[in-house]
Amino acid sequence: MHIPDGYLSPATCATLYAASAPFWYVASQKVKKALSSRTVPLLALFSAFSFVVMMFNVPLPGGTTGHAVGAALMAIVLGPWAAVIGVSVALAIQALLFGDGGILTLGANCFNMAVVIPFVAYGIYTLGSGSSPATSARRPVAAFIAGYVGITMAAFFTGLELGVQPALFSANGVPLYFPYDLGVSIPAMVIPHLAVASFAEGIVTAAVLAYLQRAHPSLLERRRPLAAPVEGGEPAVPAPAGRRLPAALWVGLGVIVVLTPLGLLAPGGAWAEWGPDEVEQLVGSVPAGMKSLMSLWPAPLPDYTIPGLEGSFSGQSLAYILSAAIGVGLIALVWWGASRVLGRRGIGERSIDHPA
Amino acid sequence: MAKEALTTRLEADAVPRGRLAAGRRRRKRGFVARTLADLSGALESALLADETASRPGLLQCLDARVKLLGLLGFIVAAGFARGFAPLLALHALSLSLAVASALPAGWFLKRVWVFIPTFTGLVALPAIFNLLTPGPAALTILGPLSLGPLLLADGLSLTWSGLRVASLLILRVGTSVSFALLLVLTTRWTSLLNALRVLKVPIAFVLVLAMTHRYIYVLLHVVNNAFLARESRSVGRLSAGENRRWLGATMGSLLGKSYHLSGEVYLAMLSRGFRGEVRGMPEQRLARLDYVWLGVALPLAAAFVAIEVVLGV
Repeated sequence: MHIPDGYLSPATCATLYAASAPFWYVASQKVKKALSSRTVPLLALFSAFSFVVMMFNVPLPGGTTGHAVGAALMAIVLGPWAAVIGVSVALAIQALLFGDGGILTLGANCFNMAVVIPFVAYGIYTLGSGSSPATSARRPVAAFIAGYVGITMAAFFTGLELGVQPALFSANGVPLYFPYDLGVSIPAMVIPHLAVASFAEGIVTAAVLAYLQRAHPSLLERRRPLAAPVEGGEPAVPAPAGRRLPAALWVGLGVIVVLTPLGLLAPGGAWAEWGPDEVEQLVGSVPAGMKSLMSLWPAPLPDYTIPGLEGSFSGQSLAYILSAAIGVGLIALVWWGASRVLGRRGIGERSIDHPA
Repeated sequence: MAKEALTTRLEADAVPRGRLAAGRRRRKRGFVARTLADLSGALESALLADETASRPGLLQCLDARVKLLGLLGFIVAAGFARGFAPLLALHALSLSLAVASALPAGWFLKRVWVFIPTFTGLVALPAIFNLLTPGPAALTILGPLSLGPLLLADGLSLTWSGLRVASLLILRVGTSVSFALLLVLTTRWTSLLNALRVLKVPIAFVLVLAMTHRYIYVLLHVVNNAFLARESRSVGRLSAGENRRWLGATMGSLLGKSYHLSGEVYLAMLSRGFRGEVRGMPEQRLARLDYVWLGVALPLAAAFVAIEVVLGV
């Protein structure tokens, strides 16, 4: 899963640093806010835990062993934002101290493992465990699925990032970086994960969760585990009602974002999203007023293309996904801002301070 | 003093490696032995980097900040390279930097080429065949299979373009890795952390990185002991399910320990006067050698990129 330097073009590396940056920023803002609290040692210990977990060889069905990332587990116990920092720090230490995984590709690796896994896994776990008690048998099952799907999604993104290379960066038809296109790279990443490797993350997440249910149920019950490890810490805060919806929403949005390029395969434009020329084709004429309204607000990313990514199908797909991600991000920002203004619990308030 | 104690402890941890090396010859190792080997491998490479970073050499003399910028520049240059010539030139540069930094050339090359890009070789291998990279054949393995006028299969051959794609990928990965290794092997972790702040990494991240690094060793030690204890107590074979349960319990208790330890660390920080402010080490002034390095490395890396961009148009 760790992409070494040399597999991705510098442009892709920069893009993925940029994609990870907002997650790092939000997460570190939360840490900064809580710097005087016990968050720093807790994050450090959990990053160290994540690093060590990546070294465990997990016995898999079929007699082989595989490595887990531990990102799903961290997202479940500490919340996805804490997992973003914890796994990123572990990956950075691997790259900078042990030369494992590239330095330019660190942004890509962090995006795949420290962003995709925690949010996907957290969403699935929250959905799957519902309002069941902390010791419910439902939770390890939900945790297994969360880990399994989370790391498979990470494998998918890895395949996507690798697979767009030959279409985007070739000199005289010779691929400069990763040589296989999406048709090869995505199956090559996803199928072995579905068949074998993803079980490692699923098993680790479920087995540790089952252990925590037996030995430290408080870690799963407390709504504010970050406040817990010191005696006399702040009392646990009950989970805000209705907090399941946003997580489910995030997962759904993620899936939709990833599926956006599917539209490229279908002939014709999207229903009711015709441009003026298409309207003319369909109706015969452009309604007066529509033309003037169209030019009122030029889109920042017209036709969901991103400079440098137009042309090939894979390039367009990536542009679509990026556009969708940017769009979702903007909507989330507005939503978050509105919920702040209205004084209600929004997405920003759970996370490091109120994970789980 | 404390450092020496830690080093001795780590060396003690690394002892079972001899036994593991013997175990490696067995055809199939269990997950316990594999994990133990990985754990001691990590400790060993950390110790090695500590040792090579204190050798007298060119890169070791440089300020970590300028070294990081310069080596990053070369990694970026390797990323932009389009042909073999610039990559070979960059690789030669990394090799000469290694030699100037008291890292023997053969030893350095072995670390770059034997350990790290093996996986890359596996990835690149299929690309040399005509199935994935069509083109004029360099070597035909199987002729095309036809039944009368009907072509059944294309045949298998190595193509020139495939060989070019594969070797370009391998060379690029090897060159990038060699510069990353130079950074890893010649920089102390504490100065590297300080250098990260030049790249505008938020101080909260740097603080967490620093503390993480410290506690990785504590946790590695705990896990190493758990696995050793289990190895020395178990007779016969356990079922895969039991193994997984044991592994889950080990990780779970490690999680519990990390959690507990973080509380203690926090109390220790409080009692030493931590009030939420983080201060880095005072910025050290750059020496003349640092300026020379910056003045040579950055323009050189920029020239590599510029040539590629100009030629690429």
